[in-house]
Amino acid sequence: MSSRKDPETPAPASGFSRRGFIARVGIGGGALGTGLLENEAAAAPANVAGPGPVPITLNLNGKPVKLTVEPRVTLVDALRNYLDLTGAKRVCDRGTCGACTVIMGGKTVYACTVLAIDAQGKNIETIEGLAAGTALHPVSQAFWDNDAQQCGYCTPGFVMACKGFLDEHPNCTEEDVKHGLGGNLCRCGTYIGVRKAALQAAKTMKGATKNG
Amino acid sequence: MQSFEYANPTTVQEAVGLLGAKWGQADVLAGGTDLLSLMKEHLHTPKRVVNIKNIKELEGIQKTADGLRIGALVTMDELSKNSDVVAGYKLLADAAAGIPSPQIRHMGTAGGDLCQRPRCWYYRQGLGLLAMKDGKSLIPDGENRYHSIFGDGPAYFVSASSLGPALVALGAKVKLVSAKGPREVPVAKFFVTPKDEASREIALQPNEILTEIIVPAATVRSATYEMRQKEALDWPLATASVALTMNGNTVTSAKIVLGHVAPTPYESAQAEAALKGKTITAATAEAAGKAAVQNAKPLSQNAYKVTLAKVAVKRALLEAAKAKG
Repeated sequence: MSSRKDPETPAPASGFSRRGFIARVGIGGGALGTGLLENEAAAAPANVAGPGPVPITLNLNGKPVKLTVEPRVTLVDALRNYLDLTGAKRVCDRGTCGACTVIMGGKTVYACTVLAIDAQGKNIETIEGLAAGTALHPVSQAFWDNDAQQCGYCTPGFVMACKGFLDEHPNCTEEDVKHGLGGNLCRCGTYIGVRKAALQAAKTMKGATKNG
Repeated sequence: MQSFEYANPTTVQEAVGLLGAKWGQADVLAGGTDLLSLMKEHLHTPKRVVNIKNIKELEGIQKTADGLRIGALVTMDELSKNSDVVAGYKLLADAAAGIPSPQIRHMGTAGGDLCQRPRCWYYRQGLGLLAMKDGKSLIPDGENRYHSIFGDGPAYFVSASSLGPALVALGAKVKLVSAKGPREVPVAKFFVTPKDEASREIALQPNEILTEIIVPAATVRSATYEMRQKEALDWPLATASVALTMNGNTVTSAKIVLGHVAPTPYESAQAEAALKGKTITAATAEAAGKAAVQNAKPLSQNAYKVTLAKVAVKRALLEAAKAKG
Protein backbone atom coordinates (compact mmCIF):
# COMPACT_ATOMS: atom_id res chain seq x y z
CA MET A 1 0.00 0.00 0.00
CA SER A 2 1.51 3.29 -1.06
CA SER A 3 1.51 6.23 1.29
CA ARG A 4 -1.01 8.87 0.24
CA LYS A 5 -1.82 12.37 1.35
CA ASP A 6 -5.56 11.88 1.06
CA PRO A 7 -7.16 9.14 3.13
CA GLU A 8 -8.78 7.16 0.34
CA THR A 9 -7.12 4.25 2.05
CA PRO A 10 -6.53 3.85 5.76
CA ALA A 11 -3.09 5.30 6.60
CA PRO A 12 -0.34 2.68 6.56
CA ALA A 13 0.59 1.52 10.03
CA SER A 14 3.47 -0.92 10.11
CA GLY A 15 3.01 -3.77 12.53
CA PHE A 16 -0.76 -3.37 12.60
CA SER A 17 -3.40 -5.07 10.51
CA ARG A 18 -5.81 -2.75 8.77
CA ARG A 19 -8.59 -3.81 11.11
CA GLY A 20 -6.40 -3.43 14.19
CA PHE A 21 -5.28 -0.02 13.00
CA ILE A 22 -8.83 1.20 12.47
CA ALA A 23 -9.81 -0.02 15.93
CA ARG A 24 -6.78 1.73 17.43
CA VAL A 25 -7.39 5.16 15.92
CA GLY A 26 -11.06 4.77 16.63
CA ILE A 27 -10.44 5.08 20.37
CA GLY A 28 -9.42 8.69 20.23
CA GLY A 29 -11.16 9.44 16.98
CA GLY A 30 -14.44 10.71 18.29
CA ALA A 31 -13.17 14.01 19.70
CA LEU A 32 -15.73 16.67 18.96
CA GLY A 33 -15.61 20.36 18.29
CA THR A 34 -12.05 21.47 17.72
CA GLY A 35 -13.22 25.03 17.13
CA LEU A 36 -11.19 25.65 13.99
CA LEU A 37 -12.99 28.87 13.25
CA GLU A 38 -13.12 30.21 16.75
CA ASN A 39 -11.73 33.61 15.82
CA GLU A 40 -14.11 34.16 12.96
CA ALA A 41 -17.29 32.27 13.72
CA ALA A 42 -19.12 31.02 16.74
CA ALA A 43 -17.16 28.38 18.63
CA ALA A 44 -18.01 24.87 17.52
CA PRO A 45 -20.92 23.51 19.52
CA ALA A 46 -22.14 19.93 19.60
CA ASN A 47 -22.85 18.18 16.31
CA VAL A 48 -19.32 18.82 15.06
CA ALA A 49 -17.00 15.91 14.25
CA GLY A 50 -13.47 15.55 12.94
CA PRO A 51 -11.25 16.53 11.24
CA GLY A 52 -9.70 13.36 12.70
CA PRO A 53 -11.22 9.89 12.32
CA VAL A 54 -14.71 9.43 13.74
CA PRO A 55 -16.70 6.24 14.31
CA ILE A 56 -19.68 5.89 11.97
CA THR A 57 -22.28 3.23 11.24
CA LEU A 58 -23.53 2.45 7.74
CA ASN A 59 -26.63 0.38 7.00
CA LEU A 60 -25.12 -1.74 4.25
CA ASN A 61 -27.24 -4.28 2.41
CA GLY A 62 -29.49 -4.66 5.42
CA LYS A 63 -26.78 -4.90 8.05
CA PRO A 64 -25.27 -2.21 10.30
CA VAL A 65 -21.53 -1.92 9.75
CA LYS A 66 -19.26 0.11 12.04
CA LEU A 67 -16.10 1.78 10.81
CA THR A 68 -13.89 4.74 11.65
CA VAL A 69 -13.16 7.33 8.97
CA GLU A 70 -12.23 10.97 8.63
CA PRO A 71 -15.17 13.15 7.52
CA ARG A 72 -13.43 13.66 4.16
CA VAL A 73 -13.66 9.98 3.20
CA THR A 74 -16.24 9.42 0.47
CA LEU A 75 -18.71 6.55 0.49
CA VAL A 76 -17.00 4.81 -2.45
CA ASP A 77 -13.63 4.94 -0.67
CA ALA A 78 -15.19 3.70 2.55
CA LEU A 79 -16.78 0.77 0.71
CA ARG A 80 -13.71 -0.17 -1.29
CA ASN A 81 -10.82 0.61 1.00
CA TYR A 82 -12.20 0.23 4.49
CA LEU A 83 -14.79 -2.51 3.97
CA ASP A 84 -13.32 -4.42 0.99
CA LEU A 85 -16.54 -4.07 -0.98
CA THR A 86 -14.92 -3.43 -4.34
CA GLY A 87 -17.99 -3.72 -6.59
CA ALA A 88 -18.56 0.03 -6.82
CA LYS A 89 -15.69 1.36 -8.95
CA ARG A 90 -13.89 4.66 -8.49
CA VAL A 91 -13.34 5.88 -12.03
CA CYS A 92 -13.88 9.61 -12.63
CA ASP A 93 -14.33 10.39 -8.90
CA ARG A 94 -16.21 13.55 -9.96
CA GLY A 95 -19.84 12.44 -10.12
CA THR A 96 -19.94 11.94 -13.86
CA CYS A 97 -19.29 8.39 -15.03
CA GLY A 98 -21.62 6.38 -12.79
CA ALA A 99 -19.24 3.46 -12.14
CA CYS A 100 -19.62 3.99 -8.36
CA THR A 101 -23.44 4.01 -8.43
CA VAL A 102 -25.13 2.60 -5.31
CA ILE A 103 -28.71 2.92 -4.08
CA MET A 104 -29.11 5.07 -0.98
CA GLY A 105 -32.50 5.54 0.64
CA GLY A 106 -34.11 3.98 -2.46
CA LYS A 107 -32.43 6.41 -4.88
CA THR A 108 -29.41 5.87 -7.11
CA VAL A 109 -26.48 8.11 -6.17
CA TYR A 110 -22.81 8.46 -7.09
CA ALA A 111 -20.91 7.03 -4.10
CA CYS A 112 -17.86 9.16 -5.00
CA THR A 113 -19.91 12.27 -4.34
CA VAL A 114 -21.36 11.31 -0.95
CA LEU A 115 -19.31 11.59 2.24
CA ALA A 116 -19.36 8.31 4.15
CA ILE A 117 -20.26 10.21 7.34
CA ASP A 118 -23.24 11.67 5.46
CA ALA A 119 -24.49 8.26 4.39
CA GLN A 120 -25.37 7.24 7.94
CA GLY A 121 -29.01 6.48 8.75
CA LYS A 122 -29.92 5.48 5.21
CA ASN A 123 -30.23 2.04 3.68
CA ILE A 124 -27.36 1.57 1.26
CA GLU A 125 -27.59 -1.15 -1.38
CA THR A 126 -24.44 -2.16 -3.21
CA ILE A 127 -23.88 -4.72 -5.95
CA GLU A 128 -22.58 -7.15 -3.30
CA GLY A 129 -26.04 -7.31 -1.72
CA LEU A 130 -27.91 -7.98 -4.93
CA ALA A 131 -27.64 -11.76 -5.43
CA ALA A 132 -29.73 -14.09 -3.28
CA GLY A 133 -27.15 -16.77 -2.45
CA THR A 134 -25.93 -18.15 -5.77
CA ALA A 135 -29.01 -16.99 -7.72
CA LEU A 136 -28.31 -13.87 -9.74
CA HIS A 137 -30.62 -10.87 -9.40
CA PRO A 138 -32.87 -10.50 -12.49
CA VAL A 139 -30.89 -7.41 -13.53
CA SER A 140 -27.52 -9.19 -13.31
CA GLN A 141 -28.99 -12.19 -15.15
CA ALA A 142 -30.33 -9.90 -17.88
CA PHE A 143 -26.90 -8.28 -18.31
CA TRP A 144 -25.47 -11.79 -18.72
CA ASP A 145 -28.16 -12.89 -21.18
CA ASN A 146 -27.89 -9.75 -23.34
CA ASP A 147 -24.12 -9.45 -23.44
CA ALA A 148 -24.48 -6.06 -21.78
CA GLN A 149 -20.84 -5.68 -20.89
CA GLN A 150 -17.50 -5.75 -22.60
CA CYS A 151 -14.59 -4.84 -20.32
CA GLY A 152 -17.00 -4.89 -17.39
CA TYR A 153 -15.67 -1.89 -15.52
CA CYS A 154 -18.88 0.11 -15.73
CA THR A 155 -21.06 -2.97 -15.15
CA PRO A 156 -21.59 -2.92 -11.35
CA GLY A 157 -22.58 0.76 -11.54
CA PHE A 158 -24.83 0.13 -14.52
CA VAL A 159 -26.51 -2.83 -12.81
CA MET A 160 -27.23 -0.72 -9.71
CA ALA A 161 -28.46 2.21 -11.84
CA CYS A 162 -30.69 -0.22 -13.69
CA LYS A 163 -32.03 -1.80 -10.49
CA GLY A 164 -32.75 1.62 -8.99
CA PHE A 165 -34.49 2.73 -12.17
CA LEU A 166 -36.64 -0.42 -12.47
CA ASP A 167 -37.67 -0.26 -8.79
CA GLU A 168 -39.19 3.14 -9.57
CA HIS A 169 -40.36 2.48 -13.14
CA PRO A 170 -41.55 -1.14 -13.42
CA ASN A 171 -43.60 -0.39 -16.58
CA CYS A 172 -40.89 1.36 -18.58
CA THR A 173 -40.55 1.77 -22.33
CA GLU A 174 -37.27 1.63 -24.24
CA GLU A 175 -37.26 5.45 -24.37
CA ASP A 176 -37.72 5.60 -20.56
CA VAL A 177 -34.78 3.22 -20.16
CA LYS A 178 -32.58 5.40 -22.35
CA HIS A 179 -33.23 8.44 -20.16
CA GLY A 180 -33.37 6.47 -16.93
CA LEU A 181 -29.83 5.17 -17.41
CA GLY A 182 -28.50 8.53 -18.57
CA GLY A 183 -26.19 8.87 -15.56
CA ASN A 184 -23.77 6.09 -16.52
CA LEU A 185 -21.04 5.95 -19.13
CA CYS A 186 -19.61 2.91 -20.92
CA ARG A 187 -16.37 3.47 -22.79
CA CYS A 188 -16.83 0.19 -24.70
CA GLY A 189 -20.21 1.37 -25.97
CA THR A 190 -22.42 -1.48 -24.74
CA TYR A 191 -25.48 0.75 -24.40
CA ILE A 192 -27.63 -1.29 -26.79
CA GLY A 193 -27.08 -4.45 -24.73
CA VAL A 194 -27.64 -2.58 -21.49
CA ARG A 195 -30.98 -1.22 -22.72
CA LYS A 196 -32.09 -4.69 -23.87
CA ALA A 197 -31.05 -6.08 -20.49
CA ALA A 198 -33.05 -3.42 -18.66
CA LEU A 199 -36.19 -4.25 -20.63
CA GLN A 200 -35.73 -7.99 -20.04
CA ALA A 201 -35.17 -7.40 -16.31
CA ALA A 202 -38.29 -5.24 -16.16
CA LYS A 203 -40.33 -8.17 -17.48
CA THR A 204 -38.69 -10.72 -15.17
CA MET A 205 -39.07 -8.51 -12.11
CA LYS A 206 -42.74 -7.87 -12.82
CA GLY A 207 -43.27 -11.61 -13.19
CA ALA A 208 -41.54 -12.17 -9.87
CA THR A 209 -43.80 -9.64 -8.17
CA LYS A 210 -46.93 -11.25 -9.64
CA ASN A 211 -45.87 -14.71 -8.55
CA GLY A 212 -44.57 -13.70 -5.18
CA MET B 1 -9.42 16.51 -0.41
CA GLN B 2 -8.03 18.38 2.57
CA SER B 3 -9.32 17.42 5.98
CA PHE B 4 -12.13 19.39 7.57
CA GLU B 5 -14.40 19.55 10.55
CA TYR B 6 -17.89 18.22 9.79
CA ALA B 7 -20.84 20.00 11.38
CA ASN B 8 -24.33 18.56 11.39
CA PRO B 9 -26.81 21.23 12.56
CA THR B 10 -30.56 20.61 12.67
CA THR B 11 -31.78 24.22 12.54
CA VAL B 12 -30.97 27.17 10.26
CA GLN B 13 -30.07 29.26 13.30
CA GLU B 14 -27.54 26.69 14.42
CA ALA B 15 -26.19 26.32 10.88
CA VAL B 16 -25.53 30.03 10.25
CA GLY B 17 -23.67 30.20 13.59
CA LEU B 18 -21.23 27.63 12.20
CA LEU B 19 -20.29 29.64 9.11
CA GLY B 20 -17.26 31.90 8.75
CA ALA B 21 -17.07 35.64 8.11
CA LYS B 22 -14.87 35.11 5.04
CA TRP B 23 -15.00 32.70 2.12
CA GLY B 24 -12.72 29.72 2.59
CA GLN B 25 -13.46 29.19 6.26
CA ALA B 26 -16.61 27.12 5.91
CA ASP B 27 -18.67 25.63 3.09
CA VAL B 28 -22.31 24.57 3.09
CA LEU B 29 -22.91 20.96 2.01
CA ALA B 30 -26.26 19.90 0.57
CA GLY B 31 -26.28 17.44 -2.36
CA GLY B 32 -22.50 17.65 -2.66
CA THR B 33 -22.53 17.19 -6.43
CA ASP B 34 -20.40 20.30 -6.92
CA LEU B 35 -18.78 20.92 -3.53
CA LEU B 36 -17.08 17.53 -3.26
CA SER B 37 -15.51 17.93 -6.71
CA LEU B 38 -14.35 21.45 -5.82
CA MET B 39 -12.77 20.09 -2.64
CA LYS B 40 -11.08 17.21 -4.48
CA GLU B 41 -9.51 19.76 -6.85
CA HIS B 42 -8.47 21.89 -3.84
CA LEU B 43 -10.43 24.80 -5.33
CA HIS B 44 -12.39 24.91 -2.08
CA THR B 45 -10.45 24.03 1.06
CA PRO B 46 -12.89 24.77 3.89
CA LYS B 47 -11.81 24.19 7.47
CA ARG B 48 -15.39 23.31 8.28
CA VAL B 49 -18.15 21.74 6.19
CA VAL B 50 -21.66 22.49 7.40
CA ASN B 51 -24.05 19.74 6.32
CA ILE B 52 -27.55 21.20 6.04
CA LYS B 53 -29.35 18.01 4.98
CA ASN B 54 -30.69 17.39 8.46
CA ILE B 55 -32.48 20.75 8.66
CA LYS B 56 -36.14 19.79 8.18
CA GLU B 57 -37.32 23.38 7.57
CA LEU B 58 -35.32 23.45 4.31
CA GLU B 59 -37.33 20.60 2.78
CA GLY B 60 -40.47 20.52 0.66
CA ILE B 61 -42.46 22.52 -1.86
CA GLN B 62 -45.46 24.48 -0.59
CA LYS B 63 -48.14 26.03 -2.73
CA THR B 64 -49.46 29.22 -1.15
CA ALA B 65 -51.84 31.96 -2.29
CA ASP B 66 -48.74 33.97 -3.25
CA GLY B 67 -47.16 31.23 -5.32
CA LEU B 68 -44.62 28.51 -4.49
CA ARG B 69 -42.05 28.20 -1.75
CA ILE B 70 -39.32 25.76 -2.70
CA GLY B 71 -37.06 24.62 0.14
CA ALA B 72 -33.34 24.75 -0.56
CA LEU B 73 -33.07 20.97 -0.06
CA VAL B 74 -35.71 20.04 -2.65
CA THR B 75 -33.90 17.80 -5.12
CA MET B 76 -33.97 18.31 -8.86
CA ASP B 77 -35.83 14.98 -9.07
CA GLU B 78 -38.59 16.21 -6.72
CA LEU B 79 -38.81 19.53 -8.55
CA SER B 80 -39.16 17.87 -11.95
CA LYS B 81 -42.02 15.65 -10.72
CA ASN B 82 -43.91 17.93 -8.30
CA SER B 83 -47.49 18.28 -9.55
CA ASP B 84 -47.77 22.00 -8.68
CA VAL B 85 -44.52 22.74 -10.50
CA VAL B 86 -45.43 20.65 -13.54
CA ALA B 87 -48.94 22.15 -13.75
CA GLY B 88 -48.14 25.82 -13.21
CA TYR B 89 -44.44 26.31 -13.89
CA LYS B 90 -43.53 24.04 -16.77
CA LEU B 91 -40.32 25.96 -17.52
CA LEU B 92 -39.03 25.10 -14.04
CA ALA B 93 -39.96 21.42 -14.29
CA ASP B 94 -38.33 21.31 -17.77
CA ALA B 95 -35.14 22.88 -16.41
CA ALA B 96 -34.87 20.35 -13.56
CA ALA B 97 -35.77 17.38 -15.78
CA GLY B 98 -33.20 18.49 -18.36
CA ILE B 99 -30.33 17.37 -16.14
CA PRO B 100 -29.53 14.09 -17.89
CA SER B 101 -28.24 12.04 -14.95
CA PRO B 102 -30.84 10.52 -12.58
CA GLN B 103 -28.12 10.24 -9.92
CA ILE B 104 -27.46 14.00 -10.11
CA ARG B 105 -31.22 14.72 -10.02
CA HIS B 106 -31.52 12.52 -6.91
CA MET B 107 -28.63 14.25 -5.14
CA GLY B 108 -28.56 17.82 -6.46
CA THR B 109 -30.70 20.38 -4.66
CA ALA B 110 -32.48 23.54 -5.80
CA GLY B 111 -30.33 25.67 -3.47
CA GLY B 112 -27.18 23.98 -4.66
CA ASP B 113 -28.12 24.51 -8.29
CA LEU B 114 -28.15 28.27 -7.68
CA CYS B 115 -24.96 28.27 -5.60
CA GLN B 116 -22.81 25.90 -7.72
CA ARG B 117 -19.54 27.32 -9.06
CA PRO B 118 -18.95 27.87 -12.80
CA ARG B 119 -17.77 24.93 -14.92
CA CYS B 120 -15.24 27.10 -16.83
CA TRP B 121 -12.23 24.88 -17.37
CA TYR B 122 -9.80 27.71 -16.58
CA TYR B 123 -11.46 28.10 -13.18
CA ARG B 124 -11.59 24.34 -12.62
CA GLN B 125 -7.89 24.06 -13.48
CA GLY B 126 -7.02 26.54 -10.75
CA LEU B 127 -6.44 29.62 -12.94
CA GLY B 128 -9.07 31.67 -11.13
CA LEU B 129 -12.63 32.70 -11.87
CA LEU B 130 -11.50 35.35 -14.39
CA ALA B 131 -8.36 33.50 -15.58
CA MET B 132 -6.30 36.70 -15.43
CA LYS B 133 -2.64 36.79 -16.41
CA ASP B 134 -0.68 40.05 -16.47
CA GLY B 135 -3.90 42.02 -16.05
CA LYS B 136 -5.61 40.32 -18.99
CA SER B 137 -8.01 37.39 -19.22
CA LEU B 138 -6.60 34.33 -20.96
CA ILE B 139 -10.03 33.40 -22.27
CA PRO B 140 -10.73 35.70 -25.29
CA ASP B 141 -7.66 34.35 -27.10
CA GLY B 142 -7.79 30.95 -25.48
CA GLU B 143 -9.95 27.82 -25.45
CA ASN B 144 -13.33 29.53 -25.28
CA ARG B 145 -15.73 27.31 -27.20
CA TYR B 146 -18.01 26.89 -24.16
CA HIS B 147 -17.68 30.42 -22.81
CA SER B 148 -19.80 33.54 -22.76
CA ILE B 149 -21.24 35.15 -25.90
CA PHE B 150 -22.46 38.29 -24.15
CA GLY B 151 -20.64 41.11 -22.37
CA ASP B 152 -17.22 42.71 -22.43
CA GLY B 153 -15.56 40.72 -19.68
CA PRO B 154 -13.53 40.55 -17.60
CA ALA B 155 -15.68 37.51 -16.69
CA TYR B 156 -16.21 35.10 -19.58
CA PHE B 157 -17.42 31.98 -17.74
CA VAL B 158 -21.09 31.03 -18.08
CA SER B 159 -23.50 30.58 -15.19
CA ALA B 160 -23.88 26.85 -14.64
CA SER B 161 -27.30 27.06 -13.00
CA SER B 162 -30.14 25.11 -14.62
CA LEU B 163 -32.88 26.78 -12.58
CA GLY B 164 -31.52 30.34 -12.69
CA PRO B 165 -32.93 31.35 -16.11
CA ALA B 166 -36.37 29.85 -15.34
CA LEU B 167 -36.50 31.59 -11.94
CA VAL B 168 -35.47 34.94 -13.46
CA ALA B 169 -38.24 34.54 -16.06
CA LEU B 170 -40.73 33.95 -13.24
CA GLY B 171 -39.55 36.93 -11.19
CA ALA B 172 -38.63 34.63 -8.28
CA LYS B 173 -36.68 35.61 -5.17
CA VAL B 174 -34.32 33.74 -2.88
CA LYS B 175 -34.28 33.97 0.90
CA LEU B 176 -30.80 34.31 2.37
CA VAL B 177 -30.37 33.91 6.11
CA SER B 178 -27.46 34.96 8.31
CA ALA B 179 -27.13 35.14 12.10
CA LYS B 180 -28.51 38.68 11.81
CA GLY B 181 -31.71 37.52 10.13
CA PRO B 182 -33.21 36.89 6.69
CA ARG B 183 -33.15 38.97 3.51
CA GLU B 184 -34.85 38.41 0.18
CA VAL B 185 -33.07 38.99 -3.11
CA PRO B 186 -34.59 38.73 -6.61
CA VAL B 187 -32.93 35.83 -8.46
CA ALA B 188 -32.08 38.33 -11.23
CA LYS B 189 -29.88 40.17 -8.70
CA PHE B 190 -28.61 37.04 -6.96
CA PHE B 191 -26.42 36.31 -9.98
CA VAL B 192 -23.72 38.92 -10.47
CA THR B 193 -20.88 39.36 -12.94
CA PRO B 194 -17.69 39.57 -10.89
CA LYS B 195 -15.39 42.46 -11.78
CA ASP B 196 -12.32 41.15 -9.97
CA GLU B 197 -10.84 37.85 -8.89
CA ALA B 198 -11.83 38.31 -5.23
CA SER B 199 -15.55 38.58 -6.06
CA ARG B 200 -18.09 35.83 -6.41
CA GLU B 201 -20.66 35.17 -9.08
CA ILE B 202 -23.56 35.17 -6.61
CA ALA B 203 -24.76 37.69 -4.02
CA LEU B 204 -24.65 35.13 -1.18
CA GLN B 205 -22.33 36.21 1.64
CA PRO B 206 -20.00 33.72 3.37
CA ASN B 207 -22.06 33.88 6.58
CA GLU B 208 -25.38 33.23 4.80
CA ILE B 209 -27.39 30.18 3.76
CA LEU B 210 -29.88 30.16 0.89
CA THR B 211 -32.93 28.68 2.62
CA GLU B 212 -35.74 28.88 0.07
CA ILE B 213 -36.86 30.03 -3.35
CA ILE B 214 -40.03 32.12 -3.51
CA VAL B 215 -41.86 31.93 -6.83
CA PRO B 216 -44.75 34.38 -7.31
CA ALA B 217 -48.15 33.12 -8.42
CA ALA B 218 -48.39 33.33 -12.18
CA THR B 219 -50.62 32.21 -15.00
CA VAL B 220 -48.12 31.70 -17.74
CA ARG B 221 -47.47 29.44 -20.65
CA SER B 222 -43.87 28.47 -20.32
CA ALA B 223 -41.08 26.14 -21.37
CA THR B 224 -37.35 25.65 -21.11
CA TYR B 225 -35.51 24.36 -24.16
CA GLU B 226 -31.96 23.08 -23.95
CA MET B 227 -29.38 22.75 -26.70
CA ARG B 228 -26.78 20.13 -25.89
CA GLN B 229 -24.16 18.12 -27.71
CA LYS B 230 -26.01 14.96 -28.83
CA GLU B 231 -27.58 13.64 -25.61
CA ALA B 232 -24.46 14.37 -23.64
CA LEU B 233 -24.23 13.80 -19.93
CA ASP B 234 -22.95 17.35 -19.47
CA TRP B 235 -24.14 20.91 -19.04
CA PRO B 236 -26.11 22.28 -21.98
CA LEU B 237 -24.46 24.60 -24.51
CA ALA B 238 -27.34 27.09 -24.47
CA THR B 239 -30.84 27.16 -23.01
CA ALA B 240 -33.87 29.40 -23.22
CA SER B 241 -36.52 29.72 -20.51
CA VAL B 242 -39.65 31.56 -21.59
CA ALA B 243 -42.79 32.60 -19.68
CA LEU B 244 -45.68 34.12 -21.63
CA THR B 245 -48.66 35.96 -20.21
CA MET B 246 -51.40 35.58 -22.80
CA ASN B 247 -54.74 37.13 -23.60
CA GLY B 248 -56.28 34.45 -25.77
CA ASN B 249 -53.61 33.84 -28.37
CA THR B 250 -51.98 37.24 -27.95
CA VAL B 251 -48.85 37.72 -25.88
CA THR B 252 -49.46 40.54 -23.39
CA SER B 253 -46.02 40.19 -21.84
CA ALA B 254 -43.08 37.84 -22.33
CA LYS B 255 -40.08 36.92 -20.24
CA ILE B 256 -37.20 35.43 -22.19
CA VAL B 257 -34.07 34.39 -20.35
CA LEU B 258 -31.08 32.59 -21.84
CA GLY B 259 -28.84 30.23 -19.89
CA HIS B 260 -25.21 29.14 -20.33
CA VAL B 261 -24.40 32.11 -22.58
CA ALA B 262 -23.21 34.72 -20.04
CA PRO B 263 -21.81 34.90 -16.49
CA THR B 264 -25.42 35.31 -15.26
CA PRO B 265 -28.79 34.24 -16.69
CA TYR B 266 -29.28 36.64 -19.64
CA GLU B 267 -32.68 38.31 -19.94
CA SER B 268 -33.37 39.73 -23.39
CA ALA B 269 -35.51 42.88 -23.32
CA GLN B 270 -35.26 42.99 -27.13
CA ALA B 271 -36.84 39.56 -27.55
CA GLU B 272 -39.51 40.40 -24.99
CA ALA B 273 -40.38 43.62 -26.83
CA ALA B 274 -40.46 41.77 -30.15
CA LEU B 275 -43.25 39.49 -28.90
CA LYS B 276 -45.53 41.94 -27.16
CA GLY B 277 -48.97 42.00 -28.79
CA LYS B 278 -48.06 39.15 -31.16
CA THR B 279 -49.33 35.60 -31.51
CA ILE B 280 -46.73 32.86 -31.36
CA THR B 281 -46.02 31.50 -34.83
CA ALA B 282 -42.89 30.02 -36.35
CA ALA B 283 -42.16 33.47 -37.81
CA THR B 284 -42.65 35.52 -34.60
CA ALA B 285 -40.74 32.91 -32.57
CA GLU B 286 -37.85 33.08 -35.00
CA ALA B 287 -37.87 36.88 -34.93
CA ALA B 288 -37.75 36.79 -31.13
CA GLY B 289 -34.80 34.40 -31.31
CA LYS B 290 -32.95 36.80 -33.60
CA ALA B 291 -33.73 39.73 -31.31
CA ALA B 292 -32.47 37.76 -28.30
CA VAL B 293 -28.96 37.46 -29.74
CA GLN B 294 -28.70 40.85 -31.43
CA ASN B 295 -26.21 42.07 -28.81
CA ALA B 296 -24.11 38.90 -28.83
CA LYS B 297 -20.34 39.28 -28.94
CA PRO B 298 -19.00 35.79 -29.47
CA LEU B 299 -15.37 34.94 -28.74
CA SER B 300 -12.90 33.36 -31.17
CA GLN B 301 -14.33 29.80 -30.94
CA ASN B 302 -17.96 30.15 -29.90
CA ALA B 303 -19.94 31.93 -32.63
CA TYR B 304 -21.85 28.64 -33.00
CA LYS B 305 -23.45 29.34 -29.61
CA VAL B 306 -25.18 32.42 -31.04
CA THR B 307 -27.06 30.17 -33.47
CA LEU B 308 -27.85 27.67 -30.70
CA ALA B 309 -29.21 30.42 -28.42
CA LYS B 310 -31.35 31.83 -31.22
CA VAL B 311 -32.85 28.42 -32.01
CA ALA B 312 -33.34 27.62 -28.31
CA VAL B 313 -35.52 30.75 -27.95
CA LYS B 314 -37.57 29.83 -31.01
CA ARG B 315 -38.16 26.24 -29.89
CA ALA B 316 -38.93 27.22 -26.28
CA LEU B 317 -41.54 29.72 -27.53
CA LEU B 318 -43.21 27.19 -29.83
CA GLU B 319 -43.33 24.67 -27.00
CA ALA B 320 -44.69 27.21 -24.51
CA ALA B 321 -47.43 28.20 -26.95
CA LYS B 322 -48.55 24.56 -27.08
CA ALA B 323 -48.55 24.23 -23.28
CA LYS B 324 -51.72 24.70 -21.30
CA GLY B 325 -52.36 28.07 -19.66
